[in-house]
Amino acid sequence: MYTTELDKKAADSRVVEVGIDDPQQLARFEARVAADDFIEPNDWMPETYRKTLVRQMSQHAHSEIVGMLPEGNWLTRAPSLSRKAILLAKIQDEAGHGLYLYCAAETLGVSREQMIDALHDGSAKYSTIFNYPTLNWADIGAIGWLVDGAAIMNQVPLQRTSYGPYARAMVRICKEESFHQRQGFELMMHMVNGTPDQREMAQDALNRFWWPSLMMFGPPDDKSPNTERSMRWRIKRDTNDDLRQKFVDATVPQAELLGLTVPDPNLRWNEERGHYDFSPIDWEEFYAVVRGEGPVAQERMQARRKAWDDGAWVREAAASYETKHASARIAA
Amino acid sequence: MDKALFEYLLRLGDDSLVLAQRLCEWSSRAPTLEVDLSLSNLGLDLVGQAQLLLGYAGEVEGQGRDEDRLAYHRDAEEYRNCLLVEQPNGDFAQTMARHFLFSIYRELLLDELVGSSDTRLAEIAAKAVKETRYHAELASDWVIRLGDGTEESHRRMQDGLDWFWRFVDEMFAVDEVERVLIERGIAVDPAVTREAFDARVTQVVKSATLEVKPSTWPQTGGRQGNHTEHLSTMLAEMQVLPRRYPEATW
Ligand SMILES: [Fe+2]
Ligand SMILES: [Fe+2]
Ligand SMILES: [Fe+2]
Repeated sequence: MYTTELDKKAADSRVVEVGIDDPQQLARFEARVAADDFIEPNDWMPETYRKTLVRQMSQHAHSEIVGMLPEGNWLTRAPSLSRKAILLAKIQDEAGHGLYLYCAAETLGVSREQMIDALHDGSAKYSTIFNYPTLNWADIGAIGWLVDGAAIMNQVPLQRTSYGPYARAMVRICKEESFHQRQGFELMMHMVNGTPDQREMAQDALNRFWWPSLMMFGPPDDKSPNTERSMRWRIKRDTNDDLRQKFVDATVPQAELLGLTVPDPNLRWNEERGHYDFSPIDWEEFYAVVRGEGPVAQERMQARRKAWDDGAWVREAAASYETKHASARIAA
Repeated sequence: MDKALFEYLLRLGDDSLVLAQRLCEWSSRAPTLEVDLSLSNLGLDLVGQAQLLLGYAGEVEGQGRDEDRLAYHRDAEEYRNCLLVEQPNGDFAQTMARHFLFSIYRELLLDELVGSSDTRLAEIAAKAVKETRYHAELASDWVIRLGDGTEESHRRMQDGLDWFWRFVDEMFAVDEVERVLIERGIAVDPAVTREAFDARVTQVVKSATLEVKPSTWPQTGGRQGNHTEHLSTMLAEMQVLPRRYPEATW
């Protein structure tokens, strides 16, 4: 997931900088995209398309990496050896997703180092969901079930996104995310069938993660001015509100199956619409979290920066060793 | 119950489990994404080994304790791992020094255990030795890269080796429990692998432009349950949920 437009201001100012594209090339490009052709790294593309993609893909990559932190918080306390193995493997998958997406974004002429710098200096965003804390073991289940679940809603359509390397990355990532989603749901099921304490943990996790999960789909459509263009370019294939509704419709029956209560008194099936109605989202909170004021936003960034800074000497050593031995090989 | 075999399996299983737990602490903290991925691989191998070894230990004991019961409901003095694996991660060079020394010891041991007269143990060893060979290779590569990298990495890598060397002899010590099993052809006398260990270590350390400074006073006791201060803290964190909610299954 994590591909919603969070830093619109930055994007818009960049759009202004962009020169006028050659109208003939632009027309050819638009026609290819409209025909569901894949655009490849060496193909001509409008500068705005490239920049929007770099932003969206790097934001997605950052989300995978930052998303390792809330789950990593429980890795050393996983309550059985098999749960520990499952969680370790899941977090490892997310690291792999991050790596895969950084590589795909690099095909657009930006380096991994540049993207990571942008994350660390706060100019790049990542999904708001990871700025919420994980407070009990059921949160690990709730994240798999809801967060990976929301990610899938958003990413399945992106398997047909117009940029080839991104679409291909999504195919592989989606497979693993659905596996995570099932594992998360299984963990929740185990918790609700457990002791009263475990049931309580599960309900508490749902209470805290429900609304932030709905916020993962980004601002409402009337506050997403670039949606129309992104959809025309097949960078986005559904609107935020459509995806959010789809997620609610799919998830509420699952909560019922778990015997848990979704924390929304206005949640009810609307026969006429064929959808669930739900309360309005607290957009004040959403925008505060986007601004970096989420409950543990500062801790998340501090942890990322610390890992990066602490590892600087290792990266330097590896580079120095490479250089030494590359020149030794040439000399030999 | 075969008490000696139970003890021996705890020693092997606890080595894997405790080191895996230490590696879990690296999650999201590695110098690069690639390193994060490879440390997770090492951790996953070790958790898997711990499950097999402790699971078998529980069966040998025959008291209905499974691998989780053994992992989560024993106190530090009931743990039988060597002291090396419970030592804190330190910086990346220390973690690699620890992994380097342990994995070479363990690879050589498992290589021999493949021929154990206990077929179940031999099977576990056959699976684990492949993983451990890769661990030893990966750690050796890092020892060389860091030793022969920059001035700073050289210093840190040397410090890491110096820091852990006092825990090496313990891995090769044999007590009465193992003596009996060695005679029965179940356990391996680690002394027979010591020469190979020294040779492997010396070769890697030399190409890393580092040196081994033997310590005069080796630290021992882990196999008998006399641990360093670090183990009980580690277990307190690892065991918190099963201890707090003994009725629950997870
Ligand atoms: Fe994702
Ligand atoms: Fe992911
Ligand atoms: Fe995932």
